[in-house]
Amino acid sequence: MRTFAYLSADDVATAVQAISTEPGAKFLGGGTNLVDLMREGVEHPDTVIDITRLPLTGVEELPDGGVRIGALVRNSDLAGDRLIRGRYPMLSQALLTGASAQLRNMATVGGNVLQRTRCAYFYDGTAACNKREPGAGCDAIGGFNRNHAILGTSEDCIATHPSDMCVALAALDAVVEVESVRGKRRIPLVDFHLLPGGTPQVETALEADELITAVELPPSPLAATSRYRKVRDRASYAFALVSVAAALEVADGTVTGVRLALGGVAAKPWRAYEAERVLLGAPATEESFRLAAEAELAPAVGRSQNEFKIELAKRAVVATLRQLLTEGGAA
Amino acid sequence: MRVTVTVNGEQRRADDVWEGESLLFLLRERLGLPGSKNACEQGECGSCTVYLDDVPVCSCLVAAGQVQDREVRTVEGLAEGDRLDPVQEAFVEAGAVQCGFCTPGLVVAAHDLLDRVPRPSDPEIREALAGNLCRCTGYEKILDAVRLAAARR
Amino acid sequence: MTSVGTPVPRVDGLLKATGTARYTADIPFEDLTHAVLLQATIARGRIASIDASAAEAAPGVLLVLTHLNAPRLPRMRAFAKGGSAQQTVPALQDDRVRFAGETVAFVVAESQEQARYAAMLISVEYDEEPPAVGLHGDAYPPAKVNGQPPDYRRGDAERALADAAVTVERTYRTPVHHHNPIEPPVTIASWDDDGGLTVHEAAQGGVHMMRLGFAEALGIPRRKAGSIRVVSKFLGGGFGGKGFMWPRNILPAVAARLLGRPVKLELTRAQMYTSGGYRSETVQRLRLGADRDGRLGSIVHESTSTGSDMGEFPEPCAQITQMLYACPNVTGTHRLVRQNVGVPTFTRAPGEGPGSFALESALDELAGELSLDPLELRLRNYAETDPEHDRPWSSKGLRECYSEGAERFGWSARNPEPGSMRDGRWLVGYGMATAAYSSHTWPTFARVRIRADGTAVVRCATTDIGTGTYTVMAQVAADALGVRPGDVTFEAGDTRYPFAFPPVSSSGARSIGPAVRAAALAVRTRVARLAVKDRESPLFGADAATVRAIGGGRLARADDPERYDTFVDVLERAGLGHVEERKGYGVMPFLHSTASGIAPWPVGPLLRVATRPFAGRYSTYDFGAQFVEVRVDPDLGVVRVSRVVGVYDIGRVLNPRTARNQAVGGITWGIGMALMERTTTHPRLGKYTSPNLSGYLLPTNADVPDIDVHFLDRPDPLVNPLGVKGVGELPVVGVAAAIANAVHHATGKRVRSLPIGPAELLG
Repeated sequence: MRTFAYLSADDVATAVQAISTEPGAKFLGGGTNLVDLMREGVEHPDTVIDITRLPLTGVEELPDGGVRIGALVRNSDLAGDRLIRGRYPMLSQALLTGASAQLRNMATVGGNVLQRTRCAYFYDGTAACNKREPGAGCDAIGGFNRNHAILGTSEDCIATHPSDMCVALAALDAVVEVESVRGKRRIPLVDFHLLPGGTPQVETALEADELITAVELPPSPLAATSRYRKVRDRASYAFALVSVAAALEVADGTVTGVRLALGGVAAKPWRAYEAERVLLGAPATEESFRLAAEAELAPAVGRSQNEFKIELAKRAVVATLRQLLTEGGAA
Repeated sequence: MRVTVTVNGEQRRADDVWEGESLLFLLRERLGLPGSKNACEQGECGSCTVYLDDVPVCSCLVAAGQVQDREVRTVEGLAEGDRLDPVQEAFVEAGAVQCGFCTPGLVVAAHDLLDRVPRPSDPEIREALAGNLCRCTGYEKILDAVRLAAARR
Repeated sequence: MTSVGTPVPRVDGLLKATGTARYTADIPFEDLTHAVLLQATIARGRIASIDASAAEAAPGVLLVLTHLNAPRLPRMRAFAKGGSAQQTVPALQDDRVRFAGETVAFVVAESQEQARYAAMLISVEYDEEPPAVGLHGDAYPPAKVNGQPPDYRRGDAERALADAAVTVERTYRTPVHHHNPIEPPVTIASWDDDGGLTVHEAAQGGVHMMRLGFAEALGIPRRKAGSIRVVSKFLGGGFGGKGFMWPRNILPAVAARLLGRPVKLELTRAQMYTSGGYRSETVQRLRLGADRDGRLGSIVHESTSTGSDMGEFPEPCAQITQMLYACPNVTGTHRLVRQNVGVPTFTRAPGEGPGSFALESALDELAGELSLDPLELRLRNYAETDPEHDRPWSSKGLRECYSEGAERFGWSARNPEPGSMRDGRWLVGYGMATAAYSSHTWPTFARVRIRADGTAVVRCATTDIGTGTYTVMAQVAADALGVRPGDVTFEAGDTRYPFAFPPVSSSGARSIGPAVRAAALAVRTRVARLAVKDRESPLFGADAATVRAIGGGRLARADDPERYDTFVDVLERAGLGHVEERKGYGVMPFLHSTASGIAPWPVGPLLRVATRPFAGRYSTYDFGAQFVEVRVDPDLGVVRVSRVVGVYDIGRVLNPRTARNQAVGGITWGIGMALMERTTTHPRLGKYTSPNLSGYLLPTNADVPDIDVHFLDRPDPLVNPLGVKGVGELPVVGVAAAIANAVHHATGKRVRSLPIGPAELLG
């Protein structure tokens, strides 16, 4: 690890002030991703600004029935929060399928949103990676890419966003609140992460001097009947091959409301708008679910080893919706 | 930098700590507490699990500076004098210890689980301890140990 | 009264559960320096230039070794030829790069972080050449496979295949596996003023064998190898990954000699993938021929694994096929394909692990062709004697393993139709396989001392890699002496103790146990001799040979147990602080007297001489039967193992608790092998893709179901006086095949390439 300066901020104003004068600085939250990447030599900030003491640890009910989540709320605390479990069960479930108990105890909401890809070639400083080193090439495309993206990829990058939490946030129309010395702004989560295109190194809409301060969830009666389902290579503690966050409302056998997002398939949590469009007003049947999944995955592109994820994603969508239909949402 | 931290109830100070050091390094190399194990340095195995302000974390991913003025409790701090913690006792008795390298982290994780959930179900134990990899035991006796400790607490 | 056979808790459990057991990395050292490896980032080519000047100038840096300035080191003698190395090419000797991860620089600094930082400052330019990747190139036969010729033939398998009523011809694949013990390997080397070297090592490789390796590598004559001490008290797992001498073991001693200070090298998890061997990927072609009743007439098992320019270790996959079933015509062949990767090595259940996946899957396929129950097929081909060597088994309880396992599992409830069994939406499948393992007896010496206070200490230079040797050997000695196990301390892991071979090939209990027993009996006899000559002893005048141990440190007359003496009293009257004896086992009698446990040891020649008398009359194998239930999600192709029953014939069970640990752990290895473990390689670059624990998945707590383990616990008196065989590897064998067979039963889909997951089941 290279040497760097270590600063600690006690309030948001100090933190954003500090980063505004230190362009090479990084905020340090839970550390689960940044400390790892620094040790691997992928990240090498000149300055690290420890923000773990900022007062951004609340989960509050909003007047409209939504919920505001402080950026430093721990993943484990958020998963266990009464409001979240009651109103947005898919989010609680998504959090609990992420990483391990220890890491959930450390990881923050803001840090989870800003997680970087787990593509092995991004991590391996000796491999070619356009995300790490623009123009270097992509060793994943001809390499071991079983876990890589099938939607929204480019010839420059096929990495996935690894978060479970964000998949649920995408389905829930969450909004990310950010702050800098220039003020505050709000970015819908679905617009927060960017597809790689020709610039895979640009991963989010966040400016270098901005700090995530909160995530807001709008009220969603629909979300009370929701589930998160994750397909992975072992029973626990593994990144998703494919995951699905879904909420479903059915009246008289017809889909009257649906929220659907996919994880493990793209460089961003993938809100399945096309599938939602197909489903809304359609009969709540396995056939509709399959048609919706087919529609969403129609543009998917498989690589040498991840072709199976296209079918897997479709089946995961169908299975999750079927489960919502027959068993309802999660407890 | 200087780091002041309470470890196992004692205030400890380390000088000339390099910013890039982890809490695990601080404990093992500077504070003479090698009970927490260094095994993957990526948060993937749980062998370095310690309590940080009463919450178990992977100390390999905690930057030393983050623990300033906070409380750390390691496997060395679970027993009270010569009296083992019931979890430690149960690990020994149930045969949950084999090569033992994952054991300190597992003991801390199991200790925390029983603090939060005094009578965990088997699926709860399995999921709660999934972040602690063991390559020897096949986990069976670890489950036995947690059940035994739960019964005794 | 006897301790052997009872579930004595692990004696080191307390130290380990309190974090006070000192593993190699935990040992405090004065004046310690820290080293790191810098590894090649290409798989093949040359180092065009290497510039370490920035590193040398970095804070705290003491030494940077590259091929430009490293001392000349000799090629090491291969383990297969009586040496201690798998990789025979030493590090830092030329500009060639033979595999990604080969060491190109060795950096020593005051702190580990300084050394790491300095390593990042070394700039290396390579002239790259395209590496050989995968098992695609020309295959060639290895010199030897586990000491056997690469090809085995009995009868005429090709002809018998042509004549067979039913044939199965399939190709099976297994990926690269890494041992991944939780503890990373650590070496601390320090030289004293007299030129003596002490190395603290996390060494499954056996301290004596490693001492010889250090002598060879450092140019120390064998007769002076006694100046080298290797210490290894606690190990965080081995599984083959800490066996043998690798370049990373040697470099700290080289640097420590140059610096005049102790040097510690602790590998990172990533470096563990390229610094201590691995299990080769395999491609195995299986051809079976049988009659309509399922009697095997022919088996051809052709196995290909990875070859290397730096050493040779063929994965001995076909060897299990040569002995397991009564089949008159069998051909087994082993071939290598050269790749630009490091040298493979033994990995838990070497050969039998991947070999049984192919053989036992193929048998399941044959059973399907014949519409025969898979268990019945195995029973119809049961080998009453060893068909490979045409001699009797020392013991074989496999038939009982089958029947007991089937009963416990409920095998009879299996509906033979694939896809017919369900639990809710889950597809349920039953599968089974046979397990066999060729555990070994190695030459071992032990010294037992009974002390004036009646306690005993046993010393033997084996290492306890987590198996429970410290505990079990105390039990063995306690029984032989007639004292409580708590009164016996077993000390290991030091070249100052009598010679032992590395604890590999499930050899620990069966090699060390008899040596410990023999030494303990010898001590007891010596004390008895003292007593029978002592007028004050109740044993006076008795025949020392008939004096019996009656427990509690008491020795009694054979004809009258009421007349007894005690170790404490005999030694006190004789004015002795202790009585000690040293005995060997597994070696020819004349070596018992000439061999010194401290002298350097010619491992290879010794082995050949020593094991010959044991290789004659009987064949010895551990046997078992594995039964597995899986659940497969029909939507997503997710496989979960829901139940395992393993029944094993391992001879006598010395400690049911530690043996059970080994069995459940071994089955878990099989689960990992079947469902998740795999090291992947970039197909063009020849580099491992994810050398860490998120890329290489080990089973977690949540992946392992309730496991029912049963031991026949039937002593095998022909194998050794304790009647014990081996348990370390057997429980791994067959599990992957049983799972693949169960997946086929659940889904109708046969997967012939490990691991099995959604990609395989949906594709």
